[in-house]
Amino acid sequence: MPRYFTEEHEWIDVEGDSATIGITDYAQEQLGDIVFVETPQAGTELAKGAEAAVVESVKAASDVYSPISGTVTEGNSALDDDPELVNSSPEEEGWFFRLTVSDASELESLMNEAAYKAFCDGL
Amino acid sequence: MVKGLGFRALPRCARDLSMTDNDDFEEQPPEKLPLDSWHRGHGARMVPFAGYEMPIQYEGIKAEHDWTRNHASLFDVSHMGQLAVSGENAAHELEKLLPASIANLPEGQMRYSLLLTEAGGIIDDLIVTNTGAHLALVVNGACKWDDIAHLREHLDDDVTLTHFDDFALLALQGPEAAAVLEGIVPGVGELSFMRAGLFKWNGHHLWVSRAGYTGEDGFEISIHQGHAAALADALVADDRVKLAGLGARDSLRLEAGLPLYGHDLTLDTDPVSAGLSFALAKSRRATGGYFGHAPSMARLEDGGVAQKRVGLALEGRLPAREGAKVYSGDALVGTVTSGGFSPTLGHPVAMAFVETEHAESGTELHLEVRDKRLPARVVPLPFVPHRYHRKGAL
Repeated sequence: MPRYFTEEHEWIDVEGDSATIGITDYAQEQLGDIVFVETPQAGTELAKGAEAAVVESVKAASDVYSPISGTVTEGNSALDDDPELVNSSPEEEGWFFRLTVSDASELESLMNEAAYKAFCDGL
Repeated sequence: MVKGLGFRALPRCARDLSMTDNDDFEEQPPEKLPLDSWHRGHGARMVPFAGYEMPIQYEGIKAEHDWTRNHASLFDVSHMGQLAVSGENAAHELEKLLPASIANLPEGQMRYSLLLTEAGGIIDDLIVTNTGAHLALVVNGACKWDDIAHLREHLDDDVTLTHFDDFALLALQGPEAAAVLEGIVPGVGELSFMRAGLFKWNGHHLWVSRAGYTGEDGFEISIHQGHAAALADALVADDRVKLAGLGARDSLRLEAGLPLYGHDLTLDTDPVSAGLSFALAKSRRATGGYFGHAPSMARLEDGGVAQKRVGLALEGRLPAREGAKVYSGDALVGTVTSGGFSPTLGHPVAMAFVETEHAESGTELHLEVRDKRLPARVVPLPFVPHRYHRKGAL
């Protein structure tokens, strides 16, 4: 299953036409202790770059925008009661939402893991 | 895209705001603290704050917050302005600018006070201490240059104003702070809350104040910048001490219900609305003779203030931040001035200015966050009880 990354520190797992999206370990480290996550409702149509989720850390609120276009199939309800999952397991249990990919060509501009690692090392 | 990875907007002195209208004004790059490289060596994440690069966190805000409530944390607050006023008429002259009783301030005693405008607006909040040698002022870092200008403008020329800009200020805060500091600076444990004195450590002078801004027992230690790293080393060598940054300082002071200048206090707020009437010394209410006296007295009358600073407790986990609107039913009745998640209580809390008729404890209100209305209840401040080492207390 290919995993893509964005310069805005999101990861995207793609399986067929379904994508799971979360924020990277680097992003959670920068955000600090996360106290609340608001994920999108199933059925929400998201254009690439649309506001998709909000993550509140102890220090600030941050918007998460959708890295690709699609229709939300599920928000991660585990984050309602346990937002710390984003800190403890950002790239697995702390995923934010799933969507049905509407334009697979949007994935072509994203980074693979090695490219993302090089990108973070350069920050 | 994850946006807003930085810390929220800097608190700034209200008087600075006029500068933003000036096209010629350029933001100066932030200065470095005396302990800048020391903080970086200890894993600090540095952010610009009050004109300095400041440590916002080391291990993480919540861990640092919890450690301060249970053990002892070392904070670098060297960005704050350490000033002194001296001369025969220093106390009398300061009384023209502060609503406090300064002339009768005993040696070694500290007092919270406010610089007020003629209209009674708050220029800054500060601590004044009679050190014996002079009257020391510790003012907010973001406001210190404006404060100095205000003092220079209004104090008589016979009064000497000194800026100790070569001194660091370290805060050791938490229930184990006294045992830790007593171990390396014997005698400090005898200070009670809001008392201060001169001590020696390794041959260096320390001015130690039993005070802080976390709600916990603790000390603020003024030391020449050349010796500050050695003192910081000695403090963190104790297993009971960890480093804490601005992030934890903000969440701790919020839980302690302590207002932050530039957020809860501004030129547009006044001592009575802000719940700081205690700073309007009873002994000076009749006689006055300070900036802001008449409007402050009018505000002390019943019905004298249109709004009041209150504490708000929220349910759930979604915090309401500064700027969130406060509603009673459909009526807009106030604005949040500080807000966040309380690590100690496990739910969000906020401070807000609300219309006086909605300021009673127990009043049910709503806070608007994005498209949601969050229920909130007015509660007494502080949210988390203070644990100061008061005189006479065990």
